Amino acid sequence: MIQKLVIIGNGMAPGRMLEHLFEQAPGAYDVTIFNAEPRVNYDRIMLSPVLSGEKTYEDIIIHGDAWYEAHGVTLYRGDRIVEIDRAKRTVTSQKGVVADYDRLIIATGSNPFIIPVPGKDLKGVVAYRDLDDVDAMLAAAKAGGDAIVIGGGLLGLEAAAGLKARGMNVTVLHVMPSLMERQLDPAAGYLLQKALEDRGINVLCKANTKAILGDGKVEAVELEDGRIIPASIVVMAVGIRPNVQLAKDAGLAVNRGIVVDDGMMTSDGHIMALGECAEVGGQVYGLVAPLYEMARIAASHLAGDKTPAFVHSDTPTKLKVTGIDLYSLGDFAEGPDREEIVLRDATAGIYKRLVIKENRIIGTVLYGETADGAWFNDLKKKQTDISEMRDTLIFGQAYQGGSPLDPMAAVAALPDDAEICGCNGVCKGKITSTITAKGLTGLDEVRAHTKASASCGSCTGLVEQLMTVTLGDKYNPAAVTPMCTCTELGHDDVRRLIKAKGLKTIPAVMQELEWKTSCGCAKCRPALNYYLVCDWPDEYADDYQSRFINERVHANIQKDGTYSVVPRMWGGVTNAKELRAIADVVDKFQIPMVKVTGGQRIDLLGIEKEDLPAVWADLGQAGFISGQAYAKGLRTVKTCVGSDWCRFGTQDSTGLGIRIEKFMWGSWTPAKLKLAVSGCPRNCAEATCKDIGVICVDSGFEIHFAGAAGLDIKGTDVLGLVKTEDEALEVIVALTQMYREQGRYLERIYKWAKRVGHDEVRAQILHDTERRKAYYDRFVFSQQFAQVDPWSERVSGKDKHEFKPMASVGYGEAAE
Amino acid sequence: MNWKTIGHIDDIPLRGARCIKTPGMNIAVFRTSENEVFAIENRCPHKAGPLSEGIVHGKSVTCPLHNWVISLENGMAQGADEGEVRTLEIRNEDGLLSILLDQPMMVAAE
Repeated sequence: MIQKLVIIGNGMAPGRMLEHLFEQAPGAYDVTIFNAEPRVNYDRIMLSPVLSGEKTYEDIIIHGDAWYEAHGVTLYRGDRIVEIDRAKRTVTSQKGVVADYDRLIIATGSNPFIIPVPGKDLKGVVAYRDLDDVDAMLAAAKAGGDAIVIGGGLLGLEAAAGLKARGMNVTVLHVMPSLMERQLDPAAGYLLQKALEDRGINVLCKANTKAILGDGKVEAVELEDGRIIPASIVVMAVGIRPNVQLAKDAGLAVNRGIVVDDGMMTSDGHIMALGECAEVGGQVYGLVAPLYEMARIAASHLAGDKTPAFVHSDTPTKLKVTGIDLYSLGDFAEGPDREEIVLRDATAGIYKRLVIKENRIIGTVLYGETADGAWFNDLKKKQTDISEMRDTLIFGQAYQGGSPLDPMAAVAALPDDAEICGCNGVCKGKITSTITAKGLTGLDEVRAHTKASASCGSCTGLVEQLMTVTLGDKYNPAAVTPMCTCTELGHDDVRRLIKAKGLKTIPAVMQELEWKTSCGCAKCRPALNYYLVCDWPDEYADDYQSRFINERVHANIQKDGTYSVVPRMWGGVTNAKELRAIADVVDKFQIPMVKVTGGQRIDLLGIEKEDLPAVWADLGQAGFISGQAYAKGLRTVKTCVGSDWCRFGTQDSTGLGIRIEKFMWGSWTPAKLKLAVSGCPRNCAEATCKDIGVICVDSGFEIHFAGAAGLDIKGTDVLGLVKTEDEALEVIVALTQMYREQGRYLERIYKWAKRVGHDEVRAQILHDTERRKAYYDRFVFSQQFAQVDPWSERVSGKDKHEFKPMASVGYGEAAE
Repeated sequence: MNWKTIGHIDDIPLRGARCIKTPGMNIAVFRTSENEVFAIENRCPHKAGPLSEGIVHGKSVTCPLHNWVISLENGMAQGADEGEVRTLEIRNEDGLLSILLDQPMMVAAE
């Protein structure tokens, strides 16, 4: 039996649904459509070309009168449904038509959102939803003059471009800092804005509309900042709201949209909803692809096949403005678990960005050249692992062609002004010409001269490829500086592989990473020992034979083979008892030299190796532990007297310094780590040339890092300001741990920070609280194994062979 | 021949060294990762650094003062550095180590 199907709305979604239905179940339904608009079904996506004059209304009609006739569809034009009676299963129209249904489809679409400002109802304020709006704009354009578009999204910009094409002077007002911020990242937003401005469209971002002014009709728009911009027409394109009133009145479940299941069924088993008014899986949709998908599913269910179900998928966004190619898809927010590949070509106005997560594309922004959008979309949809083609991925499908992949060809094909290093704005031509002009052959040299890949390092591969293209065989792209002659691997690779392969002993590292020597050398062994101590604090057994003598005997070797000993003085604070104990030790062991160090403590020099355990025993009695003045680890925390004594002190710098030192002593780091805390910006503790420094200020604690005052002299950079001592400690500890985990052995913090980029450090330590906490926790975990006083261990007999000769022979015997 | 017992190989850490005192000089006795033993004068040809305190790798030791690398087999400085350390005879009998005393060891340095 033929059922009665009534459809409220005659937009693209129900139109497509009917096409499917007539194909799948011809003659199964007697169809009646009520359309509030006095028209047949036309392609709303093509309104912009109609506005700009590239197409006419006739061009964009989807279903002409004949189609409705051929399928026996009754179409009421310009007649809005005002009531649904679910009990009687009837609908009633504004003009009084009552129609009964077996099945009802609500496809009421959406309403433009009109911002509630004074003057919004003035004549000349229009939305951009249907052909009536376009007609209104065209009428205004005929008169010429000024037009304002409120909203810098997809629709707003298309309206602006159309009005401009019709000869109006157009200004776009956008609340957000960059255009189309939901589809574009700021870089592409900037290019888009420039392109629009080049066409003579004024773009004002961060522009808040306060009121629309005019007497009877629009004359101007007033902004919050007081600016008044004249206009004879104002187009509101700030967003849409699903049109749900009718469904709500009928008592259907309504959220943001009319709630439907994945078969498009509403809470009433006789009523379906689809299109922009429907909410499925908690989402409402505005782009045509998912709406057509809804249409396909609704048709299938009506035809009796209930298997298809609506599944969310990202839809690419394209801007339909002639001459502006723009493509955006998926999720392109930055995140710690994401990486990105970026290609910029300033001259050609090309910007491409892929956001990758776990070797899969999750987001794409293309500007200027969008041909590969579909291909990227395909890779994203299929969740293709892109690691194999990572090097050439950004160049698009054409470069993938036959295997093996040749990234060289792609790089060689780049124009000279293609940007290679985004951090430092270095283009290809600059790199290749510098290589040639200065005769550079190494990556480090190229970094030093051009800054390319010297910041975040993510373009290192490209830079190396450029070196190969430029130098040919003279450059070996694999030439990472090896750790030492025992291996081809650099420090970073070794660190990565230690973690990745779970290598937990030095022999395991040497075996698995194919060391060329049987037991390494004096360069790699201490480095490996540190990496293993750092990475497996609870499992790795420290190999003392791989430590430099100072760290083995916990004293500093001097030129004559004697040692110096520096007890820890927390924050540089001492007292009579401690000083007396030191004096007694000096007398007892006839220590020839006592010297105050730069780190605010006391150095005892010229101690015979054999005496070390006894010296430590006496110092230990007085409560001293090793100052680790020899360690690639935490050395000192210098302080000034701070608010306890100083008339300028703003915080308890002494207390904070002691707290930090007590928290961090015993930790091993890639190179020595010296800290200082100054109580005010006068900086008496000289915190601004330390590895990590704190300058106390009234409002809290300014954390500094990456200073140097040795071979190099370098002031610190500010990491950031925190309010409390607790936060200061957490930030400092987390920063130290990040450095511990990433630094190359013997690489001071300022060199490491330069290599990874100060912004990256800031992002991870200051802005990403979760990461900071994780770094902090790992440091704390490691400390339980590290905070053992090496002196008291040795006083109790550990490594006693170190301090005694194996034998004395030949004494009292006659020479032969 | 005057062989003097100095101790057991296990008194020396693997990839480590111990010191022997004699009236004439200090001797460094090394044990490599392969359990070979070597004896050389405990005095770097560069600035007299105590070689027994250096890191032992392969059949070489790196001086703790300025990183000269000295061959334990022939006492020659490795790489670009030039210099030589006296090597001494050492005997390993089932782990028991002895060295051959000679004139320079017996005469105290002036």
